Amino acid sequence: MVLVYVESPKGKLKKAAFEAVTYGKKVAESLGVSCTALTIGAVDNAAQLGKYGASKVYNTADALFTSFDSQVYTRAIADAAVQLGAKTIVLCHSSSGKSIAGRLAARFDAASVSGANAIPEVRNGLTVRKSVFSGKAVAEIALKSEMKIISLMGNSLQPENIGADAEVDSLSLNVIPGRIRVKSVKTQEGTVPLPEAELVVSAGRGLKGPENWGMVEDLATAMNATTACSRPVADAHWRPHHEHVGQTGVAIRPNLYIAIGISGAIQHLAGVNNSKVIVVINKDPEAPFFKAADYGVVGDAFEIVPRLTDAYKKFKASQH
Amino acid sequence: MKILVCVSKTPDTTAKISFNADNTEFQSAGVQYIMNPYDEWYALVRALELKETLGGTVTLINVGTADDEQVIRKGLAIGGDDAVRIDAAPKSALFVAKQISAHAKSAGYDLIMLGKETIDYNGSEVGAMVAEYMDMPYVSYATKLDIAGSTATLMRDIEGGEEEIEVDLPFVLSAAKGMAEQRIPNMRGIMMAKSKPIQVIPAVPFEDLSVVTSYELPKAKSGVKLVQPENMDELVRLLHEEAKVI
Repeated sequence: MVLVYVESPKGKLKKAAFEAVTYGKKVAESLGVSCTALTIGAVDNAAQLGKYGASKVYNTADALFTSFDSQVYTRAIADAAVQLGAKTIVLCHSSSGKSIAGRLAARFDAASVSGANAIPEVRNGLTVRKSVFSGKAVAEIALKSEMKIISLMGNSLQPENIGADAEVDSLSLNVIPGRIRVKSVKTQEGTVPLPEAELVVSAGRGLKGPENWGMVEDLATAMNATTACSRPVADAHWRPHHEHVGQTGVAIRPNLYIAIGISGAIQHLAGVNNSKVIVVINKDPEAPFFKAADYGVVGDAFEIVPRLTDAYKKFKASQH
Repeated sequence: MKILVCVSKTPDTTAKISFNADNTEFQSAGVQYIMNPYDEWYALVRALELKETLGGTVTLINVGTADDEQVIRKGLAIGGDDAVRIDAAPKSALFVAKQISAHAKSAGYDLIMLGKETIDYNGSEVGAMVAEYMDMPYVSYATKLDIAGSTATLMRDIEGGEEEIEVDLPFVLSAAKGMAEQRIPNMRGIMMAKSKPIQVIPAVPFEDLSVVTSYELPKAKSGVKLVQPENMDELVRLLHEEAKVI
């Protein structure tokens, strides 16, 4: 059986959850086994995971899960895998998913792939693809142990809503008290976090100062995109640290990445080169980013960006 | 304070990535190697700062062949006290974690630190694995770390935000941007590093269960399509009809 651990931040299931279940279902099909989903804590409408391929959903709730400690989650998920007889565990490649996946691999002495980006093939055990060398190559990794752990990179496949709601049962699991005490949490409300974003509008030093970000935000708002920035911009505190994409910041793989006034240093490309389509807007035709771009606009961002926002709004209006 | 910092050797950020004829091995000829930047800039430097204020020692650990000693020496030149090299080519994250924990189990470290990921395999796995083998708490993507007595206060990055947390020593952490600033070794440090001890120990037997079977380079982009700056309607049309991303 393939067990998918589905994250539910604040009790909500997000796109990454449906991607993970769709992926788990495809892995299960290729192995000729069933796919079961596990949720932890109170979750709204966990039954809908059935539509994406889970033939059964288990939920476990305990006050010890309220703040995140990878050890507590690992113990519970490992116990679920043993109780249910799962031989493959799929997780989201999120900050919490990564730490649980690593711990599970050690706990079971299991083969693992961190950040899988394609459906595995059944050869040499299970062969899974992932991006390596900061997006500059792809590796195929054969998982040869009986137990296999896979964390799925976000935006690697489209969730497929194909079936009906699944039955949700509660499952009693071995829960230990955590040792990490969360004192305070700060999260950005109302925007899609960068690692999950399908559309990203990003800007760099070419914008000259934080006071000029209004037009970037206007474009992002019109497109329902998430805003990002380059390293110098975050370092200069023009934009918050969590918006920094690139090698030292967040690595993303949206469907569309629009880079405004960013020259495209190799460290920046390392964080965005897995984007499906890249648009570069820069006044310097020699900017290295154009070599990595699908579409380019050479010119003054201060004229082009508002024009692009208007063009997008016009397009959107014509769609209805 | 007894701190262990795990350091990996990786190709330089700007290195050209290529593979052998049958795409089964990374082509290392002519590649400049460095200490994995996150291990160096964030984990090692913060460990040294803590040692400077709280006292104690900073030990480096590396799983690698004799070629890795240049990277270990650099860590000693920046300020590490001594080093342990597990003499084996690192093949998978689990292999590396097994080796590190086999050494650390009996050594009594208060804190085990490493970078958020390596820039070659980008797995972000080793820290979590070491923590599990050691039965210790694990804090990933830590951007701030302070220690008072036996309690640490940290900031960690989470999806779309950050958390302030507290945890008692000992534990394992992976360090991200914000934790410290890069340090350049000075001449005195480089000279002193030459006489600092590197203990070489054999690997514990462990069968690799995750094996890279092949590599490939991404397909080259077909070339940028330029759109006139006056004609953003055309860009929107291309994104919708050709690229199909909006």
